[in-house]
Amino acid sequence: MKPPPFDYHAPTSVREAVEVLAEVGAHGKVLAGGQSLIPLLNMRIAAPAHLVDINRVAGLGEIRTDATGVRVGALVRHAAVERSAAASLAQPLLRQALKLVAHPVIRNRGTIVGSLVHADPAAELPAVLALLGGSVRLASTTGEREVAAADFFTGPMESATRPGELAVSAFFPAWDGGTKFLEVARRHGDYAMAGVAAAVRLDEDLRVTAAKVACVSVGPAPVVVDVTAACGGRPVASVEWGSVVAAVQDRIEPEADIHATADYRRHLTGVLVERAIKAAADV
Amino acid sequence: MTTKLFGEPVRRREDARLISGQGRYLDDLGQHALAAAFVRSPHAHARITGIDVDAALEVDGLVAIYTWEDLPEGVCEPLPLLIPHPALTHGRTAYPLAREVVRHVGEPIVMVVARDRYLAEDICSLIEVSYEFLKPVIGLEEAVSGAHLVHEDVPGNVGAHLVQEVPSADGRSAAEAIAAAPHTLSFRLDIERSASMPLEGKGVYARWDADDQSLRIYSSTQTSTSVRMALAAKLGLPLPKVEVIAPDVGGGFGVKIVHPWPEEVLVPWAARVLGQEIKWTEDRREHFIGSAHERAQVQHVQVGFDEAGRVLGLSVEILHDHGAYTHYGIIVPIITSTQLLGPYRIGAYRVEFSSIYTNTVQVTPYRGAGRPQAAFCMERTMDKIAQHLGLDRTEVRAANFIQPDQFPYDQGMIFQDGRPLIYDSGDYPESLRKLKDLIGWDDFPALRESARADGRRLGIGLGCYVEGTGVGPYEGGHIQITSDGRVHVSTGLTSQGQGHETVFAQIAATELGVPIDRVSVVTGDTRRFGYAVGTFASRAAVMSGNAIALACRKVREKALRVAADALEADPRDLEITDGVVHVVGAPAASIPLATVAVLSNPLRYAFDEEAKRATQFASTGGMDRPPVSEGEEPGLEGKDYYSPIRSTFASGMHAAIVETDPDTAEIRILRYAVVHDCGKMINPMLVEGQIHGGVAQGVGGALYEKMVYDDHGQLLNASFMDFLMPYATEIPHIETDHLETPSPLNPLGIKGAGEAGVIPVSAVIAAAIEDAEGLPIDRMPISPSDLHALRQGRGR
Repeated sequence: MKPPPFDYHAPTSVREAVEVLAEVGAHGKVLAGGQSLIPLLNMRIAAPAHLVDINRVAGLGEIRTDATGVRVGALVRHAAVERSAAASLAQPLLRQALKLVAHPVIRNRGTIVGSLVHADPAAELPAVLALLGGSVRLASTTGEREVAAADFFTGPMESATRPGELAVSAFFPAWDGGTKFLEVARRHGDYAMAGVAAAVRLDEDLRVTAAKVACVSVGPAPVVVDVTAACGGRPVASVEWGSVVAAVQDRIEPEADIHATADYRRHLTGVLVERAIKAAADV
Repeated sequence: MTTKLFGEPVRRREDARLISGQGRYLDDLGQHALAAAFVRSPHAHARITGIDVDAALEVDGLVAIYTWEDLPEGVCEPLPLLIPHPALTHGRTAYPLAREVVRHVGEPIVMVVARDRYLAEDICSLIEVSYEFLKPVIGLEEAVSGAHLVHEDVPGNVGAHLVQEVPSADGRSAAEAIAAAPHTLSFRLDIERSASMPLEGKGVYARWDADDQSLRIYSSTQTSTSVRMALAAKLGLPLPKVEVIAPDVGGGFGVKIVHPWPEEVLVPWAARVLGQEIKWTEDRREHFIGSAHERAQVQHVQVGFDEAGRVLGLSVEILHDHGAYTHYGIIVPIITSTQLLGPYRIGAYRVEFSSIYTNTVQVTPYRGAGRPQAAFCMERTMDKIAQHLGLDRTEVRAANFIQPDQFPYDQGMIFQDGRPLIYDSGDYPESLRKLKDLIGWDDFPALRESARADGRRLGIGLGCYVEGTGVGPYEGGHIQITSDGRVHVSTGLTSQGQGHETVFAQIAATELGVPIDRVSVVTGDTRRFGYAVGTFASRAAVMSGNAIALACRKVREKALRVAADALEADPRDLEITDGVVHVVGAPAASIPLATVAVLSNPLRYAFDEEAKRATQFASTGGMDRPPVSEGEEPGLEGKDYYSPIRSTFASGMHAAIVETDPDTAEIRILRYAVVHDCGKMINPMLVEGQIHGGVAQGVGGALYEKMVYDDHGQLLNASFMDFLMPYATEIPHIETDHLETPSPLNPLGIKGAGEAGVIPVSAVIAAAIEDAEGLPIDRMPISPSDLHALRQGRGR
């Protein structure tokens, strides 16, 4: 459990960082919080020849909040967003999700953007970004590009980030309705066997005018399903949950692993869809 | 300040050191030692056809590479079979480095010694081993079919087969008693694999002293004395030239009683050959695939009983998955077979086990050591009887209890210490009464109904057990009171966090009448105490605790004799209070123990003011006898041993209330209650700590932990990401109550407490889930996904 040899780079600016990344290309790996990368290195599952430590890069530690949403820099730790009242006010789903991410010691080191780039289909933050239609800003020596969540998560542990690119920030749009993140994990803080982030909007008569969910651990990437139509424009109390659940279950592709069967994940997702939408509407 | 500390909740004296980073664990030592790392088999069953080290030889920093071919006589032989047994007809142990065939993923093949561990692992990755694949034998049923063999010369993969039969009082066999019984049931039970999984893995650090021709070994072990004897024999060294020290050890739970591990032989051997310090610290993956597991059994049960639920005949056939080797013998299935009887009087009993080889990590004792499987079997049986007859589950147990006036009670079997299974004392009806009070057994139906009205699903379950503790053959204690008045206690067995520095000091302070802050305790250091067995089987308090008490009594007697001389008093009139010997009723006539220690050692040469009192011209002693009287020894020291006639039997009962989510199938333990009887308690706070830790491991075994092998023999969850040990967040508040039925077998009246917490947990949780769900729970652990499948009627 010792990593294989690698060259270590510690740039202090984004420009310097992307220059190093351009030079090392596919042989480079960015180190931010290290909560996933370091175990992968120690178990020799990953063996990048170059490690680009961005912890000294200036300008990546900011949380910027306005009426449109929350922009989070690449060095912002989970715990910082979890504790940020402004971020929580602008987008409450962030704090709801972050409380489910591992444990406080991990959230103290781990970064939001790192979680997105890691693109674990069982992780909470990719689902939040996907549900809200957020985006990730990628920098390289040739400039910056903003990639929408729908295009960013390309597969299990795969994102649209190209060799030579550094994810410098992510944007989580605001939502003028209710949200909720629910999941069932084997142990407190584990990756979920199934989890559902829901965003709901009601009209003055409490009828559902918009409802969408993002499901984790049931596909190669977060599965976003718009269930507005399935909710039938009814008040939450009289929604026909069977058709809402069916609309979601039609879209997910759960697989079995040692913790849960595919059938159980499908069932659990259905239970959580109903619970999360009800809870999101209850604000 | 009272020195009567036996029975008091004294705070653990070791904790300030351990929790502030002052502990000295194995990897804290030998910072400049060379590092060892191992190439381990990636295949479950294969023949080694070649080992290519050419690329590895190029690496700067490489010191040595060893394969089996390089090992000398002694070292190259298979590891010792530690506990031979006549029924273990086909015992097999591994070579320190694989010879020709590997039999589980993780078996060491090549040892690399390099400048540091990083390099050693780099070098391992450059060594290419080629294999001819053999069919892996995975799973008990596949193994007993005998179609493929783990060891070519072990037919049917059966390492051991043992039948024990205890006829009923009227001479009937279990089969006859079952056939004649008014009611019978038969069923199958399954328990999966778990493991000790101490937070600190194994490790060994060896230093060869060429000038002194001696070897010092630090090992994260549960038995330093036995490691010492094994290594002296393997390496052909005189015993006095080998020292083994167990430094602070970060948990053992059984896996570190096994010895010598391959690494424990190879690292000291290489240190001697190379004349350099070498250290190996096991990493987590190595621990998963290269040490030991436990638990896995399949049990087929037949039981016959009467209208009251009394068991007239019980027959149990056990398939025990032993993994690839039987290094530790067949202790685990023997304990399952014998401890299955629990607190009950069974009409006639027959138990048969087969110990089966598979191409998996070997099975050796893990806290509980076969008893969780035994309690699962017996307690599930009791529940099934109750359900069959429509009786309350506690009534069926009460109908079968051994009564308080029936002790000593002979179960008619041979226990793991080779001695008769005779329970020394206990009060099972009182334990059950306390448990029902504690959990609110009789009020539960009302609680269940009110929860049901809110759409919640609750269930309650209980489980009982008896645990043979304090197995022999012996332990010893040595006490030295030095001329500064300090008391130095040493015992040969080792500590892995149990709190020995506290409880052994409590015993010494109480016996000697000295303040506890003047008492220090050393364990597991062969330089201080050479004769010992080890720390396992809930034995340390019983064995070393009593030995230390006996040694203290010897020292006390001598101290009073020396003090009586100085005070010109009768020793029978003397007492020791707060470290001062004084005449009862005349406190002015006194002498500190420090001075007694000075006087006990007649001196030629003074080294300080106090020492002058013991020199030749200061002595007022009689000139008609030698300075050291016949039969006496200089100094204030005492050594004694405790060797019990047989084990002492602790007992306990647990109950839990569990909630299952009707939709998600999540399982939550709402309440967990324990009534425990380990005889006289040395320190009730530490007893509770042992119970808490045990229950936590039990919850792990009931709801979270299993070793998932695929058909190729790959362990799919060999990391803490996927092998789910419970966190504090998964452990319920544990409510405890105690009973103190003293053991008549030892001077302190104590019984072991180390394993108690873990034993019945799977049985209790299974019973509670079954009660909540109305579905039979016959296989543990159980996950929400498993429960969902059961609800769907698909089984698992």
